[in-house]
Amino acid sequence: MTEKRLGIVTSGSLTKGVEVRLDSSASVEDMAVGRYVTIEGQKQRFFGMITDVSLGVIDQKLTLTPPDVSDPFMAEVLAGTSTYGTIHVSPYLTIGGNVASLIEGPQSVKTVPSHFSTVNLASQRDIELVFGGEDEKRFYIGTPLDMETKVCLDLEELVKRSNGIFGKSGTGKTFLTRLLLIGMLQKGTAANLVFDMHSEYGWEGRSEEGRKVKALKQLFPSKVAVFTLDEESSRRRRVSTDFVVRIGYDEIEPEDIGLLRQTLNLTEASVQAVYQLYREFGSKKWIEATLELEDKDETKQLLTKLTIHDSTYRNLRRGLETIRRLPFLLPHAPDNPVKHILEYLDQGINVVLEFGRYTDVTAYILVANLLTRRIHAQYRERMEKALGEDVAPPHPLVITIEEAHKFLNPEVSSQTIFGVIAREMRKYNVTLLVIDQRPSGIDDEVMSQIGTKITCLLDNERDIDSVLAGVPDKSGLKSVLSRLESRQQALIFGHAVPMPMVIRTREYGSAQSYKAFIPSPETSQRAEKDIENLWE
Amino acid sequence: MNMAEEQRVGEVIEASTTDFVAQCYELYQSPPLGSLVKTRDLDMELYGIVYNATTTSFEPGRRPIARGKDETSEEAIYQASPQLLKLLKSEFGALVVGHRQDDKLHHYLPPKPARIHSFVYLCPPEEIKEFSQSFDFLNILLTTRLPVSPEELTAACLRQMSQVYEDRRAFLVAAGKELAVLLSGQFNQLKAILERIKV
Repeated sequence: MTEKRLGIVTSGSLTKGVEVRLDSSASVEDMAVGRYVTIEGQKQRFFGMITDVSLGVIDQKLTLTPPDVSDPFMAEVLAGTSTYGTIHVSPYLTIGGNVASLIEGPQSVKTVPSHFSTVNLASQRDIELVFGGEDEKRFYIGTPLDMETKVCLDLEELVKRSNGIFGKSGTGKTFLTRLLLIGMLQKGTAANLVFDMHSEYGWEGRSEEGRKVKALKQLFPSKVAVFTLDEESSRRRRVSTDFVVRIGYDEIEPEDIGLLRQTLNLTEASVQAVYQLYREFGSKKWIEATLELEDKDETKQLLTKLTIHDSTYRNLRRGLETIRRLPFLLPHAPDNPVKHILEYLDQGINVVLEFGRYTDVTAYILVANLLTRRIHAQYRERMEKALGEDVAPPHPLVITIEEAHKFLNPEVSSQTIFGVIAREMRKYNVTLLVIDQRPSGIDDEVMSQIGTKITCLLDNERDIDSVLAGVPDKSGLKSVLSRLESRQQALIFGHAVPMPMVIRTREYGSAQSYKAFIPSPETSQRAEKDIENLWE
Repeated sequence: MNMAEEQRVGEVIEASTTDFVAQCYELYQSPPLGSLVKTRDLDMELYGIVYNATTTSFEPGRRPIARGKDETSEEAIYQASPQLLKLLKSEFGALVVGHRQDDKLHHYLPPKPARIHSFVYLCPPEEIKEFSQSFDFLNILLTTRLPVSPEELTAACLRQMSQVYEDRRAFLVAAGKELAVLLSGQFNQLKAILERIKV
């Protein structure tokens, strides 16, 4: 492929990026923020991204008395000479050139290219060099804008940290998540536990055009188990479920109620009362006992003894009634869902927990938190054991949660288990995949711990700021982020990628795309044959 | 180069480092404004661009007088007074814009001016093409003080040169871009030239 020359570097700095004056042959209208370019410095090659496009004139008189550009000759002469386009490029990496980068691959930039270095549009080869081809660890996630090269994510590196997928509603977060989950399944880098609020990851979902889209269980039947809270809904949708989750009252702990404070509209005093009641009635039956309290003198005495105000008690009781109405909660659960989930995860089988009709936030927060806390405790124990006894550590686990700002907002993130996982569970081989449309609602401390961020279009200023917090050349990325198309485009940056990149997400939903996900025996045979031919 | 192909248009009668004046052999036969001409020195060829042409009386003090009052046509005046052709002369001035030495073309002033009585030739199309591969000569045209305005001369020169190209427009656009760079601060001047060469 011939390299397409764009222009030359005219000024710039490492912190602010470089200005590139376009040649007359390159039209500003062909540029797009988010495209990759290479800059041929004298000693090294730089790899960067276009973050802004602007217009310039050589003589201010031109802007005051504009020439007659309806005349094509005039327009052609002036384009690129008296009037010109400039692009702002943020260099991120150096590739090739020096010895270090030949051995270790692309390095992050520590300087800028010299004056008048040539700037070219990045070729397929450059992009492959930077983002790597598809292999055992790398998963093809999409293509750069206007190119056919595969951009791949190193999933092994990805699951070492908690990750986030952000974007406005309807920008393709669900599709991206499906893709990532499939990638992790395909490469076997981690077991997944998905809290599937809208029942769209386990079995068939629908695209915005109303097309049916296959999901994990249909593509990898032997590697995915679907758990459900709502058996009826699953049956109606003809989902083959593996387990119906029922949770006993005895499994709910005061922390779980504390987390639901906002959704149940509880007061701070009510939450405190929960702990007192928990101590009074014991861990197994405190909810039942509280709800069975009748409006008698004994109750009043008890409340006085526990120094719980009557209004507080009423407030709490109202909240507990809401919980009790959730049909999947039973006074005593016949089975232990945590045990089952862990069994599956241990075998490397991914678990998708469908919520069916119970899409309200109370149910979601309660269940997700409750299950995760126990799984977290188990993992912690195993990891400690592994450290002490030299046994293999548990398989990495990725927990996917939607509506993450409900779990991770500044008020509750210190209490929920997800806050803990986001902060430190990396050490115990558990990480989060948070999916959210209001990243500004997530605690800054948690946000700063998120390794790789994949974000679709965001247009709220606060959301953008919160996603881009702590990123070098924030203003450049900001203009890229707010100009993503509303579907199938995403900006990825952070731990698992060498530099921020804009991708057009890989196609998902057609028969052909499914085929590409499933490693068929045919393809592996063909590969073997190719290798044989090579040696002949 | 074959001498026969070259059209001889005159003879140098006055020369300086920056320009030379040539007298035409025939009255009114001076080359068009802006055309590329050349003259030879021993080992050098000098290129010039015609910037001015005059037709005057041989004797500076003797001005022609009006003669056509009783004639029916202008031609008839010359037929009635055949001596007129011998009393008038046509001259043209050429601005030196480059030279060729040791078979190498340079778009800057030669070390020595032209010699008096050197023959002046009109450059054939091939040579114009060769010379106009580089637009370095435009700078000389724009910066020298001449009786004609530099805008007029530059435009005329580019129009003349463009005629030898099959794709006139491409040539003029390329020249225009070069001018846009040279006249980066003088948009009005640039505009004046572009208006005169646009196709």
